[in-house]
Parts: sequence; C-alpha cells; structure tokens
Amino acid sequence: MLIVGENINTSRRRIYEAVENQDAAFIGQIAKKQADAGAHFIDVNAGTFVDRETEYLCWLVETVQDAVDLPLCLDSPSPKALFEAIKRHRGEPLINSISLEKDRFDAMLPIVTAGPCRIVALCMSETVMPVTAEDRVKAGAELIKKLTDEGVSLENIFIDPLVQPVSVDTGLGRAVLDAIKTFMNDFPGINTICGLSNVSFGLPARRLINSTFLSLCRFQGLTAAILDPTDPSLMATLLSAEMLLGEDEYCENYIDAYQRGCLNV
Amino acid sequence: MTTIDTLRQDINKGNIEGAVTQTQKAIDDGLEVKKILDDGLIAAMDDVGEKFAKGALFVPQMLRSAKAMQECMELIKPFFQEGDLIPKGRVLIGTVHRDLHDIGKNLVAMMLEGAGFAVTDLGVDVSAEQFVKKAQEIEPDIIAMSALLSTTMPGMKVTIEALQEAKMRDTVKIMIGGAPVTSKFAEDIKADVYAPDAGSAVIEAKKLVGSS
Repeated sequence: MLIVGENINTSRRRIYEAVENQDAAFIGQIAKKQADAGAHFIDVNAGTFVDRETEYLCWLVETVQDAVDLPLCLDSPSPKALFEAIKRHRGEPLINSISLEKDRFDAMLPIVTAGPCRIVALCMSETVMPVTAEDRVKAGAELIKKLTDEGVSLENIFIDPLVQPVSVDTGLGRAVLDAIKTFMNDFPGINTICGLSNVSFGLPARRLINSTFLSLCRFQGLTAAILDPTDPSLMATLLSAEMLLGEDEYCENYIDAYQRGCLNV
Repeated sequence: MTTIDTLRQDINKGNIEGAVTQTQKAIDDGLEVKKILDDGLIAAMDDVGEKFAKGALFVPQMLRSAKAMQECMELIKPFFQEGDLIPKGRVLIGTVHRDLHDIGKNLVAMMLEGAGFAVTDLGVDVSAEQFVKKAQEIEPDIIAMSALLSTTMPGMKVTIEALQEAKMRDTVKIMIGGAPVTSKFAEDIKADVYAPDAGSAVIEAKKLVGSS
C-alpha cells in the first residue's frame, strides 16, 4: 500500500510557524521522520496562507525535496498554486486534486496531461457532496471517463471516495467502503486513496477509529492512504491487516517489523 | 423532580422517547407551551451546546439531543399563539461561494435553532450577492458563513465587502467558521467573531445579540 505522509500541512500550528519563519531544518526533519517511517510520498499543503499559498507551497516543495529523496503529494485546491509547485518538483508528483467542478477541472487538466504525474480525483459532483456509495461511484466513474478520454492512464488516477465523519451519519463509513470495492472491481488497475482522519471527527479516541477504518479500507482493496506514518499503532495495524489479507509472504514484513521493535503498540 | 426538570434531563441525555413523553405530560398538565420551550427545550439545548464546546459531549450525542428537541417541538407547535415564539435573533447562514461542504454548517444551524434563534439556511455555494439579497429581505441580526477550503475562504471577505457596498454592514454581525478559518482571519477580514465549533457558535451568537 502506498503511504502518503500527511504531517506537513500548515493547518497544524507548528508547521504553520515553521513555514512562516522559513525554518527549513524543522520542515526537513518532519519530512525525514515520515520517510523513515515508510512514507512513499510526502504531502505538502500550505493552504492556510491563502494569499501567499503559492509562494509557500513552492518553498515547501524545494525544502522537502532537499531533505528526502521522495516524490511529493502536492496538495491544494488551487490550480495556480499547483501549477507553480509542479514546476519545482523533481520526479513524478501526486497531484491533489481534481474534481468534476468545471472551473477546477478545466484549470487542472492541462497540468495533469502535461507531464508525468499521478492525480487524486475526488468523488464529488459539480454541485453536492456525496452521501451514498452510489453517489461516489457515479461521480467517480464520470471523472475517470473524462480523464481517460484525455489520455490519463488508470494507473495514474487515484480515486478518492471522500471520507466523511461517521459521527454525523453512521452510514458514511460504509458508503466509502462499498465505493472502494466497486472502483477496484469496475476499473482494474486504478488506484484508490483516502484521507483517514475525517472519519473520526466529532468522536473520542480517534486514533482507534482511524486504524480500524484503515484495516477495513485495506480489505476492500484501497491502494493508497493519506495518514501519519509516524503513528506506530496505525502502521502496525496496516502491517497486520496486510498479513491477514495474504499479502505478506511468510509473514516476513510483519515479523521483520516485530524484530525491529515496531509492533510494541 | 418536575416534569420540566425531567424533560431537560431527557433532552440532555438524548432520550428521544422520554423527552416526547415528558413534553406530552407537560401539555396534558396544562403547562404554558412557552414555559415548556424556554425552561425545558431551549434550556436543555443551551446546556448541550456548552458541554459540546467544552469537549464533554461528542457530535452524535449532540445530534441525538437536537433530534429529541425537534420531536418535542413538533408536539408543542400547534399550541403556540402569536407572540410565544419570539426568537433570540435572526441568523442567515450558508457555506460560501464555490464551497460544497455542509456538515459543519448544518451542525451550527441546528444548534442555533436549538438555542432559540430563527435560522435561514441558504445551503452551500452561496455567493455574496445571494447573501446580500436574502439579508435585505429578512434583515438578520447575524450572518454566519462557513468554508472548508482555503480557496473558498476569500468568499467571506467578498461577502463582507458586498454588505458594505449595500450599506448593510453596520446593521448585521458577521460570524465565520470552518476548518481552515482562524480568529486571525476573522480579524483580517473584519468579521465580528470566529466560532471554532457549533457549541461556541451558539455562545458567540448570544453575545452578538446581547442575550447571554
């Protein structure tokens, strides 16, 4: 499973301060920790700066790639910020994100088709957030068609079914799980991706919920997750889930993690 | 314990069946509906909102209390006479232009209603023009705006400017919230107050209309 390390996001107070103070050492350290913990991509998000987002996102791209030899997940709803950030990125980034919203789709499309990159595609229609699994599949299928029609390969599309809090509607966890399964069945080769932590909004003991949800998503075939890789319980849950799903031959990764002392959670 | 006390407790606990039974009992006993509303339902929801703002209650518990209150409201509604239902204030609420996220906004609207405000919900993707037009029509005390995206947050500023243009800024208070929103942003765009959650939104709204 592909891990996107979520920790470099300016909605976190310490990251915000580090970006504002241009503290490259601190940002580099957060990036390294996530890389060491097993991240395949490092997410960078400077969204809270609004007016200066583009400038700071570009700074984050350069700062993080100076510290770790990994591709980044360029995370912004702003096509302008993404356009500038991608120019400074080395290797194939994961771009987060595109959706059916017309302005956003039209602005993002040239970026997505221009160079080698992977794209997170959000399962929302142009006018409403999805509620049911069917809402997600309908919006997702339409977006997949539009992207593949433009020459984007299924392998480069990361469908995000949009995780929403079960605290406001207990059907929302299941809706995501069912949608993941349908995408994996109907579009062989496609990637599915989730940000986990929304699921536990409004509830206590959120880490427990997040890691249980990760197991369930993994069972449905989820191929990538945006999470905190430095959370040992989350990574241990993932290792044991993958072993139980028969994806860890001779239980090698699991035992190896145990011997490295990574399963003491 | 009086019927009203029990009713308050049932709403607080989210005991829907119990709350409905107590409300019916209060009606049968001939209690004033205004008393049932103010001392029972609204008082209980005030307590729920405060507990939620402190982190002592979780979202599903708050939803259940609100559901209990709504069912009780249905029971007492037919007995209201003119003048019974004077709202604490009028709130116009919506998620800003090009933003489709409604979960937080709905929680805020629900809790404001529970606290006795008259809430007009414009839904999601509400443009500055729509806010202004509706505000001219209903003359709210408070306009509450929500945004979940950093790219849509500037819509709050645009709305405030449009209200200024329409010479309405001095007659309404502006409350804003949403995950990327901060109290500093509220200051920057000259909103009156930032509310970090639905419980706080009620507390702040009451301060804004001078009824806390």
